[in-house]
Amino acid sequence: MRILNNVAIFITLAVAYNLINGVCGQLHLGPNAFITLGAYTAALLTMTPAEKTLNFLVTPLYWPLSQAALPFPAALLAGGLVAVAFALLTGFPVFRVRGDYLAIVTLGFGEVVRVLANNLQGVTNGPLGLKGLYPYTNLWWSWGVAVAATAVVAALVNSSYGRALNAIREDETAARASGINTFRHLLGAYLLSAFFFGVGGGLLAHLITTISPSLFTFFLTFNLLIIIVVGGLGSTTGAILAAAGFTLAGEWLRIVEEPAAIFGFTIPGIPGMRMVILSLALLLVIIFCRRGLMGRREFSWAGLGRRLRGGVAGSVPGAGKP
Amino acid sequence: MALLCTENLDMRFGGLAALSDLNLAVPEGGLYGLIGPNGAGKTTVFNLISGFLQPTGGRIVWDGREITGEPPHRLTAWGIARTFQNIRLFGELSVLDNVLVGFHCRSHATWGEAVLRLPRYRREELDRRSRGLALLEEVGLAAAADQPAGKLPYGHQRRLEIARALATGPRCLLLDEPAAGLNPQETGDLIFFIRAIKDRYNLTILVIEHNLRLVMGLCQHLTVLDHGLTIAAGPPADIRKHPEVIRAYLGEERVAISS
Ligand SMILES: Nc1ncnc2c1ncn2[C@@H]1O[C@H](COP(=O)(O)OP(=O)(O)OP(=O)(O)O)[C@@H](O)[C@H]1O
Ligand SMILES: [Mg+2]
Repeated sequence: MRILNNVAIFITLAVAYNLINGVCGQLHLGPNAFITLGAYTAALLTMTPAEKTLNFLVTPLYWPLSQAALPFPAALLAGGLVAVAFALLTGFPVFRVRGDYLAIVTLGFGEVVRVLANNLQGVTNGPLGLKGLYPYTNLWWSWGVAVAATAVVAALVNSSYGRALNAIREDETAARASGINTFRHLLGAYLLSAFFFGVGGGLLAHLITTISPSLFTFFLTFNLLIIIVVGGLGSTTGAILAAAGFTLAGEWLRIVEEPAAIFGFTIPGIPGMRMVILSLALLLVIIFCRRGLMGRREFSWAGLGRRLRGGVAGSVPGAGKP
Repeated sequence: MALLCTENLDMRFGGLAALSDLNLAVPEGGLYGLIGPNGAGKTTVFNLISGFLQPTGGRIVWDGREITGEPPHRLTAWGIARTFQNIRLFGELSVLDNVLVGFHCRSHATWGEAVLRLPRYRREELDRRSRGLALLEEVGLAAAADQPAGKLPYGHQRRLEIARALATGPRCLLLDEPAAGLNPQETGDLIFFIRAIKDRYNLTILVIEHNLRLVMGLCQHLTVLDHGLTIAAGPPADIRKHPEVIRAYLGEERVAISS
Protein backbone atom coordinates (compact mmCIF):
# COMPACT_ATOMS: atom_id res chain seq x y z
CA MET A 1 0.00 0.00 0.00
CA ARG A 2 2.69 2.34 1.08
CA ILE A 3 4.56 1.86 -2.15
CA LEU A 4 1.49 2.55 -4.29
CA ASN A 5 0.94 5.72 -2.30
CA ASN A 6 4.54 6.62 -2.90
CA VAL A 7 4.13 6.08 -6.64
CA ALA A 8 1.14 8.42 -6.70
CA ILE A 9 2.91 11.13 -4.73
CA PHE A 10 5.94 10.98 -6.97
CA ILE A 11 3.71 11.18 -10.01
CA THR A 12 2.19 14.37 -8.59
CA LEU A 13 5.60 15.86 -7.86
CA ALA A 14 7.13 14.81 -11.18
CA VAL A 15 4.24 16.11 -13.26
CA ALA A 16 4.44 19.47 -11.49
CA TYR A 17 8.22 19.56 -11.83
CA ASN A 18 8.07 18.69 -15.50
CA LEU A 19 5.78 21.67 -16.08
CA ILE A 20 8.39 24.18 -15.04
CA ASN A 21 11.54 22.30 -16.03
CA GLY A 22 10.48 20.41 -19.11
CA VAL A 23 7.70 22.50 -20.62
CA CYS A 24 8.96 25.97 -19.71
CA GLY A 25 12.60 24.90 -19.94
CA GLN A 26 13.64 26.69 -16.74
CA LEU A 27 16.12 24.76 -14.60
CA HIS A 28 14.31 25.09 -11.27
CA LEU A 29 16.28 23.28 -8.56
CA GLY A 30 14.16 24.10 -5.54
CA PRO A 31 11.13 21.79 -5.44
CA ASN A 32 12.32 20.37 -2.13
CA ALA A 33 11.73 23.80 -0.56
CA PHE A 34 8.09 23.82 -1.64
CA ILE A 35 7.60 20.19 -0.63
CA THR A 36 9.01 20.97 2.83
CA LEU A 37 6.65 23.91 3.25
CA GLY A 38 3.66 21.82 2.23
CA ALA A 39 4.67 18.94 4.47
CA TYR A 40 5.18 21.07 7.57
CA THR A 41 2.10 23.20 7.01
CA ALA A 42 -0.18 20.22 6.53
CA ALA A 43 1.38 18.32 9.45
CA LEU A 44 1.05 21.24 11.85
CA LEU A 45 -2.57 21.68 10.87
CA THR A 46 -3.70 18.07 11.27
CA MET A 47 -1.96 17.33 14.58
CA THR A 48 -4.19 17.70 17.61
CA PRO A 49 -3.18 20.22 20.27
CA ALA A 50 -2.37 17.30 22.59
CA GLU A 51 0.02 15.72 20.06
CA LYS A 52 1.65 19.07 19.56
CA THR A 53 2.43 19.48 23.25
CA LEU A 54 3.92 15.98 23.18
CA ASN A 55 6.13 16.84 20.21
CA PHE A 56 7.26 20.31 21.15
CA LEU A 57 9.21 19.57 24.30
CA VAL A 58 12.11 21.97 23.90
CA THR A 59 10.31 25.07 22.63
CA PRO A 60 6.53 25.19 22.73
CA LEU A 61 4.70 25.75 19.46
CA TYR A 62 3.51 29.29 18.89
CA TRP A 63 -0.15 30.13 19.23
CA PRO A 64 -2.36 29.95 17.08
CA LEU A 65 -0.67 26.97 15.43
CA SER A 66 -0.68 25.20 18.77
CA GLN A 67 -4.48 25.22 18.84
CA ALA A 68 -5.21 24.70 15.14
CA ALA A 69 -6.63 21.39 14.03
CA LEU A 70 -8.05 21.07 10.55
CA PRO A 71 -9.42 18.13 8.62
CA PHE A 72 -6.88 16.48 6.30
CA PRO A 73 -8.14 17.91 2.97
CA ALA A 74 -8.13 21.43 4.37
CA ALA A 75 -4.61 20.91 5.70
CA LEU A 76 -3.42 19.64 2.30
CA LEU A 77 -4.94 22.66 0.62
CA ALA A 78 -3.27 24.94 3.15
CA GLY A 79 0.06 23.23 2.46
CA GLY A 80 -0.41 23.92 -1.23
CA LEU A 81 -1.35 27.54 -0.60
CA VAL A 82 1.64 28.19 1.66
CA ALA A 83 3.88 26.84 -1.10
CA VAL A 84 2.12 29.14 -3.57
CA ALA A 85 2.67 32.09 -1.25
CA PHE A 86 6.37 31.26 -1.10
CA ALA A 87 6.41 31.00 -4.90
CA LEU A 88 4.74 34.39 -5.22
CA LEU A 89 7.37 35.89 -2.94
CA THR A 90 10.29 34.28 -4.74
CA GLY A 91 8.91 34.48 -8.28
CA PHE A 92 9.97 38.06 -8.79
CA PRO A 93 13.69 37.57 -8.12
CA VAL A 94 13.70 34.13 -9.76
CA PHE A 95 12.38 35.23 -13.12
CA ARG A 96 14.59 38.25 -13.34
CA VAL A 97 17.36 35.83 -14.23
CA ARG A 98 17.64 32.87 -16.56
CA GLY A 99 19.69 29.78 -17.14
CA ASP A 100 22.47 28.96 -14.70
CA TYR A 101 21.57 31.92 -12.51
CA LEU A 102 18.01 30.76 -12.16
CA ALA A 103 19.28 27.30 -11.22
CA ILE A 104 21.52 28.71 -8.52
CA VAL A 105 18.88 31.02 -7.07
CA THR A 106 16.33 28.20 -6.82
CA LEU A 107 18.95 25.80 -5.50
CA GLY A 108 19.33 28.21 -2.60
CA PHE A 109 15.64 27.90 -1.65
CA GLY A 110 15.92 24.30 -0.55
CA GLU A 111 18.79 25.19 1.75
CA VAL A 112 17.11 28.34 3.09
CA VAL A 113 13.93 26.47 3.93
CA ARG A 114 15.88 23.64 5.54
CA VAL A 115 17.89 26.03 7.69
CA LEU A 116 14.68 27.77 8.70
CA ALA A 117 13.06 24.44 9.54
CA ASN A 118 16.08 23.55 11.66
CA ASN A 119 16.12 26.82 13.54
CA LEU A 120 12.55 28.02 13.89
CA GLN A 121 12.02 25.65 16.78
CA GLY A 122 8.82 27.34 17.87
CA VAL A 123 7.20 26.45 14.54
CA THR A 124 8.92 23.34 13.27
CA ASN A 125 10.36 21.75 16.39
CA GLY A 126 13.81 22.09 14.80
CA PRO A 127 15.92 19.06 13.93
CA LEU A 128 13.71 16.81 16.04
CA GLY A 129 10.95 17.18 13.50
CA LEU A 130 7.34 16.13 13.93
CA LYS A 131 6.46 12.61 14.98
CA GLY A 132 3.33 10.58 15.25
CA LEU A 133 1.28 12.19 12.47
CA TYR A 134 -1.93 10.36 11.79
CA PRO A 135 -1.48 8.34 8.57
CA TYR A 136 -4.27 10.05 6.69
CA THR A 137 -2.70 9.47 3.30
CA ASN A 138 -4.44 6.54 1.65
CA LEU A 139 -4.82 5.43 -1.92
CA TRP A 140 -7.88 7.62 -2.44
CA TRP A 141 -6.08 10.76 -1.47
CA SER A 142 -2.75 10.06 -3.06
CA TRP A 143 -4.18 8.85 -6.36
CA GLY A 144 -6.94 11.45 -6.32
CA VAL A 145 -4.33 14.18 -6.12
CA ALA A 146 -2.13 12.49 -8.72
CA VAL A 147 -5.01 12.27 -11.17
CA ALA A 148 -6.06 15.86 -10.48
CA ALA A 149 -2.51 17.18 -10.86
CA THR A 150 -2.04 15.28 -14.11
CA ALA A 151 -5.39 16.43 -15.46
CA VAL A 152 -4.75 20.07 -14.64
CA VAL A 153 -1.18 20.13 -15.92
CA ALA A 154 -2.05 18.21 -19.09
CA ALA A 155 -5.01 20.53 -19.75
CA LEU A 156 -2.77 23.54 -19.29
CA VAL A 157 0.04 22.20 -21.46
CA ASN A 158 -2.40 21.39 -24.26
CA SER A 159 -3.95 24.84 -24.14
CA SER A 160 -2.98 28.11 -25.70
CA TYR A 161 -1.08 28.94 -22.51
CA GLY A 162 0.87 25.69 -22.73
CA ARG A 163 1.78 26.52 -26.30
CA ALA A 164 3.08 29.87 -25.09
CA LEU A 165 5.15 28.14 -22.38
CA ASN A 166 6.61 25.79 -24.98
CA ALA A 167 7.40 28.80 -27.14
CA ILE A 168 9.28 30.43 -24.26
CA ARG A 169 11.39 27.29 -23.91
CA GLU A 170 12.12 27.18 -27.63
CA ASP A 171 13.09 30.83 -28.05
CA GLU A 172 12.29 33.41 -25.45
CA THR A 173 13.18 36.37 -27.66
CA ALA A 174 10.85 35.21 -30.38
CA ALA A 175 8.16 34.54 -27.77
CA ARG A 176 8.42 38.11 -26.51
CA ALA A 177 8.29 39.43 -30.04
CA SER A 178 5.13 37.34 -30.55
CA GLY A 179 3.44 39.26 -27.77
CA ILE A 180 3.95 36.86 -24.88
CA ASN A 181 4.52 38.41 -21.48
CA THR A 182 7.14 35.84 -20.54
CA PHE A 183 7.36 36.89 -16.90
CA ARG A 184 3.66 36.40 -16.28
CA HIS A 185 3.55 33.12 -18.11
CA LEU A 186 6.53 31.67 -16.28
CA LEU A 187 5.20 32.94 -12.96
CA GLY A 188 1.87 31.23 -13.64
CA ALA A 189 3.55 27.90 -14.31
CA TYR A 190 5.79 28.36 -11.27
CA LEU A 191 2.81 29.02 -8.98
CA LEU A 192 0.89 26.03 -10.28
CA SER A 193 3.86 23.72 -9.82
CA ALA A 194 4.40 25.14 -6.32
CA PHE A 195 0.82 24.29 -5.41
CA PHE A 196 1.22 20.65 -6.35
CA PHE A 197 4.62 20.45 -4.63
CA GLY A 198 2.94 21.74 -1.47
CA VAL A 199 0.04 19.30 -1.66
CA GLY A 200 2.45 16.47 -2.49
CA GLY A 201 4.52 17.41 0.54
CA GLY A 202 1.42 17.22 2.75
CA LEU A 203 0.61 13.78 1.39
CA LEU A 204 4.17 12.61 1.91
CA ALA A 205 4.17 13.81 5.52
CA HIS A 206 0.99 11.89 6.31
CA LEU A 207 2.30 8.80 4.59
CA ILE A 208 5.57 8.50 6.47
CA THR A 209 4.08 10.10 9.61
CA THR A 210 7.44 11.41 10.82
CA ILE A 211 9.06 14.41 9.21
CA SER A 212 12.25 16.28 9.91
CA PRO A 213 14.31 18.80 7.94
CA SER A 214 16.82 16.11 6.92
CA LEU A 215 14.11 14.39 4.89
CA PHE A 216 13.89 17.20 2.35
CA THR A 217 17.43 17.73 1.18
CA PHE A 218 18.55 18.40 -2.37
CA PHE A 219 18.53 14.63 -2.81
CA LEU A 220 14.75 14.81 -3.19
CA THR A 221 15.05 17.41 -5.96
CA PHE A 222 17.76 15.32 -7.56
CA ASN A 223 15.49 12.28 -7.65
CA LEU A 224 12.74 14.33 -9.29
CA LEU A 225 15.20 15.67 -11.80
CA ILE A 226 16.30 12.15 -12.71
CA ILE A 227 12.67 11.14 -13.09
CA ILE A 228 11.76 13.90 -15.53
CA VAL A 229 14.97 13.56 -17.52
CA VAL A 230 14.49 9.82 -17.89
CA GLY A 231 10.84 10.32 -18.76
CA GLY A 232 11.73 12.89 -21.40
CA LEU A 233 11.83 16.57 -20.50
CA GLY A 234 8.55 18.18 -21.44
CA SER A 235 6.49 15.00 -21.64
CA THR A 236 3.84 14.59 -18.95
CA THR A 237 3.36 10.97 -19.97
CA GLY A 238 7.09 10.40 -19.58
CA ALA A 239 7.09 12.01 -16.15
CA ILE A 240 4.32 9.67 -14.99
CA LEU A 241 5.97 6.54 -16.37
CA ALA A 242 9.37 7.45 -14.97
CA ALA A 243 7.96 8.42 -11.55
CA ALA A 244 6.22 5.07 -11.28
CA GLY A 245 9.24 3.17 -12.58
CA PHE A 246 11.65 4.99 -10.33
CA THR A 247 9.60 4.49 -7.17
CA LEU A 248 8.91 0.83 -7.87
CA ALA A 249 12.48 0.11 -8.87
CA GLY A 250 13.75 1.84 -5.74
CA GLU A 251 11.56 -0.45 -3.70
CA TRP A 252 12.33 -3.72 -5.49
CA LEU A 253 16.02 -3.01 -5.55
CA ARG A 254 16.01 -3.11 -1.78
CA ILE A 255 16.45 -6.83 -2.33
CA VAL A 256 19.95 -6.33 -3.74
CA GLU A 257 20.99 -4.67 -0.52
CA GLU A 258 20.06 -7.70 1.51
CA PRO A 259 22.36 -10.70 1.90
CA ALA A 260 21.46 -13.29 -0.70
CA ALA A 261 22.55 -16.77 -1.70
CA ILE A 262 22.92 -17.39 -5.42
CA PHE A 263 24.15 -20.79 -6.65
CA GLY A 264 25.55 -21.52 -3.26
CA PHE A 265 27.55 -18.30 -3.06
CA THR A 266 26.58 -16.03 -0.27
CA ILE A 267 26.61 -12.37 -1.24
CA PRO A 268 26.62 -9.97 1.66
CA GLY A 269 24.19 -7.05 1.42
CA ILE A 270 25.82 -3.91 0.11
CA PRO A 271 24.12 -0.78 1.40
CA GLY A 272 23.77 1.85 -1.30
CA MET A 273 23.80 -0.75 -4.11
CA ARG A 274 20.31 0.40 -5.02
CA MET A 275 21.50 3.84 -5.95
CA VAL A 276 24.38 2.44 -7.97
CA ILE A 277 22.02 0.33 -10.03
CA LEU A 278 19.58 3.21 -10.48
CA SER A 279 22.40 5.47 -11.58
CA LEU A 280 23.56 2.88 -14.09
CA ALA A 281 20.02 2.61 -15.42
CA LEU A 282 19.93 6.38 -15.75
CA LEU A 283 23.22 6.34 -17.60
CA LEU A 284 21.90 3.75 -20.04
CA VAL A 285 18.77 5.77 -20.72
CA ILE A 286 20.81 8.89 -21.34
CA ILE A 287 23.19 7.05 -23.65
CA PHE A 288 20.61 5.12 -25.64
CA CYS A 289 17.78 7.62 -25.74
CA ARG A 290 19.23 11.01 -25.22
CA ARG A 291 15.84 12.63 -24.95
CA GLY A 292 14.37 10.30 -22.37
CA LEU A 293 11.88 7.51 -22.79
CA MET A 294 9.18 9.66 -24.33
CA GLY A 295 11.12 12.56 -25.84
CA ARG A 296 8.54 15.30 -25.97
CA ARG A 297 5.80 12.98 -27.12
CA GLU A 298 2.60 12.36 -25.22
CA PHE A 299 0.27 9.43 -25.02
CA SER A 300 -2.99 9.95 -26.88
CA TRP A 301 -5.82 7.61 -27.77
CA ALA A 302 -5.79 8.89 -31.33
CA GLY A 303 -2.09 8.11 -31.58
CA LEU A 304 -2.64 4.65 -30.13
CA GLY A 305 -5.42 4.00 -32.61
CA ARG A 306 -3.22 5.13 -35.46
CA ARG A 307 -0.44 2.83 -34.35
CA LEU A 308 -2.75 -0.16 -33.97
CA ARG A 309 -4.24 0.39 -37.40
CA GLY A 310 -0.94 1.13 -39.02
CA GLY A 311 0.71 -1.98 -37.55
CA VAL A 312 4.39 -1.28 -37.14
CA ALA A 313 4.39 1.88 -39.24
CA GLY A 314 7.51 3.40 -37.81
CA SER A 315 6.89 6.75 -39.41
CA VAL A 316 3.93 7.45 -37.16
CA PRO A 317 5.02 7.84 -33.56
CA GLY A 318 2.34 6.05 -31.60
CA ALA A 319 2.01 8.83 -29.11
CA GLY A 320 2.06 11.88 -31.33
CA LYS A 321 0.72 15.08 -29.87
CA PRO A 322 -2.83 15.69 -31.02
CA MET B 1 0.63 62.36 -39.34
CA ALA B 2 3.14 59.55 -39.32
CA LEU B 3 2.20 56.26 -37.69
CA LEU B 4 5.70 55.49 -36.46
CA CYS B 5 8.29 58.16 -35.66
CA THR B 6 11.68 58.19 -34.10
CA GLU B 7 13.01 61.50 -32.82
CA ASN B 8 16.75 61.98 -32.41
CA LEU B 9 17.12 58.31 -31.53
CA ASP B 10 20.52 57.40 -30.08
CA MET B 11 22.00 54.08 -29.09
CA ARG B 12 25.46 53.59 -27.68
CA PHE B 13 27.00 50.32 -26.55
CA GLY B 14 29.74 51.42 -24.21
CA GLY B 15 31.93 53.58 -26.41
CA LEU B 16 30.37 52.46 -29.67
CA ALA B 17 27.73 54.73 -31.18
CA ALA B 18 25.63 52.10 -32.95
CA LEU B 19 22.99 54.65 -33.87
CA SER B 20 23.07 58.45 -33.77
CA ASP B 21 20.28 60.92 -34.14
CA LEU B 22 17.88 58.87 -36.20
CA ASN B 23 14.73 60.63 -37.36
CA LEU B 24 12.26 58.41 -39.12
CA ALA B 25 8.64 59.15 -39.96
CA VAL B 26 6.77 56.26 -41.48
CA PRO B 27 3.24 57.20 -42.57
CA GLU B 28 0.31 54.84 -42.22
CA GLY B 29 0.35 52.46 -45.18
CA GLY B 30 3.94 53.32 -46.07
CA LEU B 31 6.48 50.83 -47.37
CA TYR B 32 9.79 52.20 -46.15
CA GLY B 33 13.26 50.77 -46.38
CA LEU B 34 16.33 50.92 -44.19
CA ILE B 35 19.62 50.18 -45.91
CA GLY B 36 23.30 50.45 -45.18
CA PRO B 37 26.48 48.39 -45.05
CA ASN B 38 27.24 45.76 -42.40
CA GLY B 39 27.22 47.06 -38.87
CA ALA B 40 25.49 50.29 -39.91
CA GLY B 41 22.97 50.00 -37.08
CA LYS B 42 19.92 48.79 -38.99
CA THR B 43 19.02 45.89 -36.71
CA THR B 44 19.64 48.16 -33.75
CA VAL B 45 16.84 50.41 -35.04
CA PHE B 46 14.47 47.43 -35.04
CA ASN B 47 15.58 46.34 -31.60
CA LEU B 48 14.82 49.82 -30.31
CA ILE B 49 11.43 50.13 -31.97
CA SER B 50 10.36 46.65 -30.87
CA GLY B 51 11.45 47.25 -27.28
CA PHE B 52 14.36 44.82 -27.06
CA LEU B 53 16.77 47.67 -26.41
CA GLN B 54 16.32 50.86 -24.43
CA PRO B 55 17.63 53.90 -26.35
CA THR B 56 20.34 55.99 -24.72
CA GLY B 57 18.66 59.08 -26.16
CA GLY B 58 15.65 60.25 -28.14
CA ARG B 59 12.06 59.08 -28.34
CA ILE B 60 9.91 56.67 -30.29
CA VAL B 61 6.34 57.69 -31.05
CA TRP B 62 3.67 55.26 -32.19
CA ASP B 63 0.33 56.52 -33.37
CA GLY B 64 0.80 59.82 -31.53
CA ARG B 65 1.87 58.21 -28.27
CA GLU B 66 5.36 57.87 -26.86
CA ILE B 67 6.40 54.23 -26.55
CA THR B 68 10.08 54.59 -25.66
CA GLY B 69 11.09 51.91 -23.17
CA GLU B 70 7.92 49.80 -23.40
CA PRO B 71 8.49 46.02 -23.26
CA PRO B 72 8.29 43.97 -26.49
CA HIS B 73 5.11 42.05 -25.63
CA ARG B 74 3.19 45.26 -25.03
CA LEU B 75 4.41 46.80 -28.28
CA THR B 76 3.29 43.67 -30.09
CA ALA B 77 -0.11 43.99 -28.47
CA TRP B 78 -0.25 47.58 -29.70
CA GLY B 79 0.38 46.46 -33.25
CA ILE B 80 4.12 46.42 -33.90
CA ALA B 81 5.34 43.02 -35.09
CA ARG B 82 8.78 42.04 -36.30
CA THR B 83 10.88 39.27 -37.79
CA PHE B 84 14.52 38.54 -37.11
CA GLN B 85 17.56 38.67 -39.31
CA ASN B 86 18.61 35.16 -38.27
CA ILE B 87 15.21 33.49 -38.30
CA ARG B 88 13.84 32.71 -34.85
CA LEU B 89 11.14 30.08 -34.94
CA PHE B 90 9.93 27.74 -32.22
CA GLY B 91 11.83 24.90 -33.85
CA GLU B 92 10.26 21.94 -32.06
CA LEU B 93 6.71 23.22 -32.30
CA SER B 94 4.67 22.44 -35.37
CA VAL B 95 4.27 25.00 -38.12
CA LEU B 96 0.65 25.52 -37.10
CA ASP B 97 1.60 25.92 -33.43
CA ASN B 98 4.11 28.61 -34.35
CA VAL B 99 1.32 30.62 -35.89
CA LEU B 100 -1.06 29.86 -33.02
CA VAL B 101 1.49 31.27 -30.57
CA GLY B 102 1.21 34.52 -32.52
CA PHE B 103 -2.56 34.56 -31.97
CA HIS B 104 -2.16 33.92 -28.23
CA CYS B 105 -1.54 37.57 -27.37
CA ARG B 106 -5.01 38.46 -28.66
CA SER B 107 -6.83 35.95 -26.48
CA HIS B 108 -8.99 37.00 -23.56
CA ALA B 109 -9.52 33.67 -21.82
CA THR B 110 -7.72 33.38 -18.47
CA TRP B 111 -5.58 30.48 -17.23
CA GLY B 112 -8.55 29.03 -15.38
CA GLU B 113 -10.79 29.20 -18.43
CA ALA B 114 -8.09 27.51 -20.49
CA VAL B 115 -7.52 24.66 -18.02
CA LEU B 116 -11.25 24.06 -17.55
CA ARG B 117 -11.94 24.50 -21.28
CA LEU B 118 -14.75 26.95 -20.58
CA PRO B 119 -16.82 28.20 -23.51
CA ARG B 120 -14.93 31.45 -24.09
CA TYR B 121 -11.62 29.58 -24.28
CA ARG B 122 -13.04 26.92 -26.60
CA ARG B 123 -14.51 29.56 -28.88
CA GLU B 124 -11.23 31.46 -29.05
CA GLU B 125 -9.21 28.31 -29.66
CA LEU B 126 -11.48 27.18 -32.50
CA ASP B 127 -11.30 30.63 -34.01
CA ARG B 128 -7.49 30.67 -33.68
CA ARG B 129 -7.19 27.31 -35.36
CA SER B 130 -9.35 28.17 -38.33
CA ARG B 131 -7.61 31.52 -38.80
CA GLY B 132 -4.22 29.88 -38.34
CA LEU B 133 -4.95 27.33 -41.05
CA ALA B 134 -6.25 30.06 -43.34
CA LEU B 135 -3.07 32.06 -42.75
CA LEU B 136 -0.89 29.05 -43.54
CA GLU B 137 -2.92 28.48 -46.67
CA GLU B 138 -2.26 32.06 -47.68
CA VAL B 139 1.51 31.87 -47.18
CA GLY B 140 1.64 28.49 -48.89
CA LEU B 141 2.55 26.40 -45.87
CA ALA B 142 -0.74 24.59 -45.26
CA ALA B 143 0.71 21.28 -46.40
CA ALA B 144 3.43 21.50 -43.76
CA ALA B 145 1.10 22.49 -40.90
CA ASP B 146 1.96 19.49 -38.71
CA GLN B 147 5.70 19.41 -39.36
CA PRO B 148 8.17 20.75 -36.83
CA ALA B 149 9.03 24.31 -37.86
CA GLY B 150 12.76 23.66 -37.51
CA LYS B 151 12.64 21.06 -40.31
CA LEU B 152 11.27 23.42 -42.95
CA PRO B 153 13.46 24.56 -45.84
CA TYR B 154 14.98 27.98 -45.35
CA GLY B 155 12.66 29.94 -47.62
CA HIS B 156 9.61 28.43 -45.93
CA GLN B 157 11.00 29.30 -42.51
CA ARG B 158 11.18 32.94 -43.59
CA ARG B 159 7.56 32.84 -44.67
CA LEU B 160 6.50 31.13 -41.48
CA GLU B 161 8.18 33.80 -39.42
CA ILE B 162 6.26 36.46 -41.33
CA ALA B 163 3.04 34.47 -40.89
CA ARG B 164 3.65 34.28 -37.14
CA ALA B 165 4.16 38.04 -37.04
CA LEU B 166 0.93 38.52 -39.00
CA ALA B 167 -0.92 36.32 -36.51
CA THR B 168 -0.25 38.87 -33.77
CA GLY B 169 -2.55 41.24 -35.65
CA PRO B 170 -0.07 44.02 -36.44
CA ARG B 171 -0.61 47.42 -38.00
CA CYS B 172 3.09 47.75 -38.67
CA LEU B 173 5.51 45.05 -39.70
CA LEU B 174 9.27 45.31 -39.26
CA LEU B 175 11.08 42.91 -41.61
CA ASP B 176 14.78 42.38 -40.96
CA GLU B 177 16.47 41.23 -44.17
CA PRO B 178 13.63 38.99 -45.34
CA ALA B 179 15.50 38.09 -48.53
CA ALA B 180 18.76 37.06 -46.86
CA GLY B 181 19.80 33.65 -48.11
CA LEU B 182 17.11 33.41 -50.77
CA ASN B 183 17.84 32.73 -54.45
CA PRO B 184 16.68 35.24 -57.12
CA GLN B 185 13.54 33.25 -57.86
CA GLU B 186 12.57 33.13 -54.17
CA THR B 187 13.42 36.83 -53.82
CA GLY B 188 11.04 37.68 -56.64
CA ASP B 189 8.29 35.65 -54.97
CA LEU B 190 9.03 37.41 -51.70
CA ILE B 191 8.56 40.89 -53.17
CA PHE B 192 5.24 39.79 -54.56
CA PHE B 193 4.33 38.27 -51.21
CA ILE B 194 5.23 41.38 -49.20
CA ARG B 195 3.14 43.56 -51.49
CA ALA B 196 0.23 41.14 -51.22
CA ILE B 197 0.16 40.98 -47.43
CA LYS B 198 0.60 44.72 -47.18
CA ASP B 199 -2.57 45.31 -49.18
CA ARG B 200 -4.51 42.50 -47.60
CA TYR B 201 -3.81 43.49 -44.00
CA ASN B 202 -3.51 47.27 -44.49
CA LEU B 203 0.02 47.16 -43.16
CA THR B 204 2.67 49.75 -42.74
CA ILE B 205 6.00 48.10 -43.48
CA LEU B 206 9.55 48.98 -42.60
CA VAL B 207 12.05 46.66 -44.21
CA ILE B 208 15.80 46.27 -43.75
CA GLU B 209 17.50 44.93 -46.79
CA HIS B 210 20.96 44.29 -48.05
CA ASN B 211 19.88 43.51 -51.55
CA LEU B 212 19.69 46.96 -53.18
CA ARG B 213 17.85 45.86 -56.27
CA LEU B 214 15.09 44.39 -54.13
CA VAL B 215 14.74 47.41 -51.92
CA MET B 216 14.84 49.92 -54.78
CA GLY B 217 11.99 48.14 -56.50
CA LEU B 218 9.95 47.54 -53.38
CA CYS B 219 10.12 50.64 -51.22
CA GLN B 220 8.72 54.13 -51.72
CA HIS B 221 11.21 55.71 -49.34
CA LEU B 222 14.69 54.75 -48.16
CA THR B 223 16.82 55.76 -45.23
CA VAL B 224 20.52 55.01 -45.58
CA LEU B 225 22.61 54.41 -42.49
CA ASP B 226 26.36 54.18 -42.20
CA HIS B 227 28.15 53.79 -38.90
CA GLY B 228 24.94 54.76 -37.13
CA LEU B 229 24.57 58.02 -39.04
CA THR B 230 21.79 58.82 -41.47
CA ILE B 231 23.65 59.70 -44.64
CA ALA B 232 20.65 60.01 -46.92
CA ALA B 233 16.89 59.69 -46.95
CA GLY B 234 14.37 59.97 -49.75
CA PRO B 235 12.74 58.17 -52.66
CA PRO B 236 14.82 55.35 -54.22
CA ALA B 237 15.44 57.35 -57.40
CA ASP B 238 17.19 60.10 -55.41
CA ILE B 239 19.07 57.65 -53.22
CA ARG B 240 20.51 55.94 -56.27
CA LYS B 241 22.14 59.22 -57.29
CA HIS B 242 23.19 60.40 -53.85
CA PRO B 243 27.00 60.81 -53.86
CA GLU B 244 27.50 59.79 -50.24
CA VAL B 245 25.43 56.67 -50.70
CA ILE B 246 27.38 55.73 -53.77
CA ARG B 247 30.58 56.17 -51.86
CA ALA B 248 29.52 54.41 -48.66
CA TYR B 249 27.41 51.65 -50.04
CA LEU B 250 27.06 51.36 -53.76
CA GLY B 251 30.76 51.97 -54.19
CA GLU B 252 31.57 48.52 -52.91
CA GLU B 253 29.09 46.98 -55.28
CA ARG B 254 30.28 48.97 -58.30
CA VAL B 255 33.77 47.80 -57.60
CA ALA B 256 32.54 44.28 -57.10
CA ILE B 257 30.61 44.34 -60.37
CA SER B 258 33.29 45.92 -62.47
CA SER B 259 36.03 43.61 -61.28
N1 LIG C 1 23.45 44.23 -28.00
C1 LIG C 1 24.58 44.79 -28.48
N2 LIG C 1 25.63 45.00 -27.66
C2 LIG C 1 26.77 45.56 -28.14
N3 LIG C 1 26.94 45.96 -29.40
C3 LIG C 1 25.94 45.77 -30.26
C4 LIG C 1 24.71 45.18 -29.86
N4 LIG C 1 23.88 45.11 -30.92
C5 LIG C 1 24.58 45.65 -31.96
N5 LIG C 1 25.80 46.05 -31.57
C6 LIG C 1 26.81 46.71 -32.42
O1 LIG C 1 26.20 47.81 -33.03
C7 LIG C 1 26.61 47.94 -34.38
C8 LIG C 1 25.42 47.94 -35.28
O2 LIG C 1 24.88 46.63 -35.31
P1 LIG C 1 23.58 46.22 -36.10
O3 LIG C 1 23.30 44.79 -35.79
O4 LIG C 1 22.50 47.19 -35.84
O5 LIG C 1 24.07 46.35 -37.61
P2 LIG C 1 23.29 46.02 -38.94
O6 LIG C 1 23.19 47.29 -39.69
O7 LIG C 1 22.04 45.31 -38.67
O8 LIG C 1 24.34 45.08 -39.67
P3 LIG C 1 24.08 43.79 -40.56
O9 LIG C 1 23.85 44.27 -41.95
O10 LIG C 1 25.35 43.03 -40.47
O11 LIG C 1 22.93 43.07 -40.01
C9 LIG C 1 27.58 46.80 -34.64
O12 LIG C 1 28.89 47.30 -34.51
C10 LIG C 1 27.28 45.82 -33.55
O13 LIG C 1 28.42 45.10 -33.20
MG1 LIG D 1 21.29 43.48 -39.01
